[in-house]
Formats: sequence, structure tokens, C-alpha cells
Amino acid sequence: MSRTVRMIMLAVGLLGAAGVLGAGVVGLPAFGGDRHPYRDLAVSAGLQRATANVVSSINFDQRALDTFGEETILVASVAAVAALLRPSRTERRRRVGSGLPVLESTRLLTVIFFPVTVLVGIDVVAHGAITPGGGFQGGVVLATGLHLLYVGGRYRLLERLRPIRIFEITEGVGLVIFIAIGLAGLAIAGQLFRNVLSYGQLAQLTSSGTVVLLSCAVGMAVVSSVVVLLAGFLEQALALVEVSEPDQSDEEAAR
Amino acid sequence: MTGPFAEFAHYYPYGVAGAIVLLGVVGIAISRDLVHAVVCLSVCQSGTYVFLLAVGYQYGGLAPIFGATVHRSTPVVDPVVQALSLTDIVVSAAVTSMLLALVIQIAKRRRTVDPDELRSLEG
Repeated sequence: MSRTVRMIMLAVGLLGAAGVLGAGVVGLPAFGGDRHPYRDLAVSAGLQRATANVVSSINFDQRALDTFGEETILVASVAAVAALLRPSRTERRRRVGSGLPVLESTRLLTVIFFPVTVLVGIDVVAHGAITPGGGFQGGVVLATGLHLLYVGGRYRLLERLRPIRIFEITEGVGLVIFIAIGLAGLAIAGQLFRNVLSYGQLAQLTSSGTVVLLSCAVGMAVVSSVVVLLAGFLEQALALVEVSEPDQSDEEAAR
Repeated sequence: MTGPFAEFAHYYPYGVAGAIVLLGVVGIAISRDLVHAVVCLSVCQSGTYVFLLAVGYQYGGLAPIFGATVHRSTPVVDPVVQALSLTDIVVSAAVTSMLLALVIQIAKRRRTVDPDELRSLEG
């Protein structure tokens, strides 16, 4: 298929898609209206379980099984990336030196923001039930905080602070804790992911029952996933070098 | 708000979401670089975030985080679509990372990331 033919096909497809989308949009309720039946149900369910952050209540309580599926997708994709990025036969690992050229100001900023970002990440995970945030967001902040070390040229220190073997294990452990809390709900109340703990007082750290625990479990899995993921990509960029080794097919051809 | 502008404003955010998705599709189709194509796929998915949040918006609605300023009777925006957007973002990140890893493998094996040069199948 030549490029011109492809462009014509694209134009036809776009016109069709735009037409279908337009027809669908006209049937939607007007933007910004005050009729949101799902919101009303979700908000009353969240408040009934004393969860101030209703988004977290939906993610970790009302739709916890979906979140389990989502987390499984993340962990599975990390496993796939690890499989895809493993060193090939013609690649060798080399030691990455610490002498990466980095501006002094960058170095200073990363030294200041490394502890701050890690603290904010822990805070976002732990307060997921009462303030904006939760396990996914906090986990990403935490992993980003760790990788500030790389931005500041401290790749060796980063390697020491995030032993991949341990993070590979904690990733799975986070997932296991998540489903274990769900199964505990099944065992105690006869319903998978039933919020069995006492709900407590709205907007207190200990409120919302299992939401905060599930948020922490997700935070653990997400921070490990992102660390393992970025470690794979960083290793590709920094540590792996191609060694000129005769390919096997070449050897066979020579014989 | 009345008149033709109001009609327009009722559907404008949905139009923006649709436009972002279609622009992403255009980007994938005309792409000459697989990394560019992967980023265009992320652009497509961003359209779905805009769409979800537009569906849940209410004029004057606050964030659905209850506490000192937001009470039971305060109008809030829809938290259900926000939770769905979060799921969407996580899945998008997973897909993007896996596609980028595939691109790295393709670049290593075929020495090119131009989709037009990757026509023949390789066993």
C-alpha cells in the first residue's frame, strides 16, 4: 500500500469516525449539567463509609475488584518489559561511572528535592483516603523521587538504593496483599473486597476502613513497578553495550 | 446562557475530546518513526481522559473530596469518571512502556524504527 493510498484510506476513515463521534455526542447530556446519577450514588456510598476522598472510595472500595485487575495489568506489563529488555547475546553489561556531566545547579536541586519528593510520595499514599491522591499517584511520585538521583548524576547511588531483586519481590507482595485484603472481606463478610474494618470518623487518617490499607498495597506495587520499569530502560540506555562478536549465522555461512 | 452559543458550549468539550483522538490517529498513520507512533497513541488516549472528565463536569462543582469546605450538600463533580480516568492513565502507562520496549527490540534487530521499512515479516 503506497503512501497516497494510505492517506486516502485515512481521510475516509477519519470522516467516518468523525461522523459517528458527532452523532454520538449530540445524544449526550449537555456539558456541565447537574444531572449525574452515578455521582449521587457514589458520593452517598463513599460518605456512608466515612471516606472523604470519594475517588479513592470508588477505586479501593466500591470498584476494588476492577482496581485489582488494573494493578494486574500493570504488573503483567512490567514483566513483559523486563522480558523484552533483557540483554541479547551480543550485549554485555558495563559499569556505569559516576562522572556523568551534570550542572551544579541541577545537582543542588536534586539534593534538596530528593528527600522532599520521597516524603510527599509517602504522604500522598498514606492520605489517599482523605486528601487527593492514593496508591497509584503516590507510588509514581515516590519512584520519581528516587530517580531524581539519576537526574543529579548519581546513577551508582540510585543502583545501590533500589536493589532490583527486592523491588521485583515487593511488586508481587503488593499485589498479594491487595487480593489478601479482598479475600479477608470474603471470609469475614461473605463478599469479595467487602470493607470489613470500622469506618471511623470522616477525614481522620484512620477513617474509611480498608481503603487506606488497599491504597498502601497499591502504592507498594506501583513504586516497585515503576522502579523495575525505569531500571530496565535506564540499563538499556546506560549500561548495555554491543560487543562485536561474530553472529552465529555468519559463522555458519563462513564454514 | 441561551442562543446558538449555548448550544455550541454544550458540546464543545466533547468535540475537543474527539478531535484529540482523531489527531492521534492521524499522527500514527503519517508516522515515520515508531517512537512518534507510540507517543501519538498516548495522545489518542488523552482524548479519552478529556472526554471522561467532560462527562462528569458540573458548572460550579467542586472536587469530590469531602471535609471542611465541601459538605454533603455541596455540588461536586462526578468522582466515578475521575476514578475511570485514573484506570485509563495507568493502563496507558503500561501500554506505552511495553510498546517502547518493543521499539527498542525492533531498533536492535532491524536497525531502523521507520514503519515503512519494516514491511517484510521476519521469522
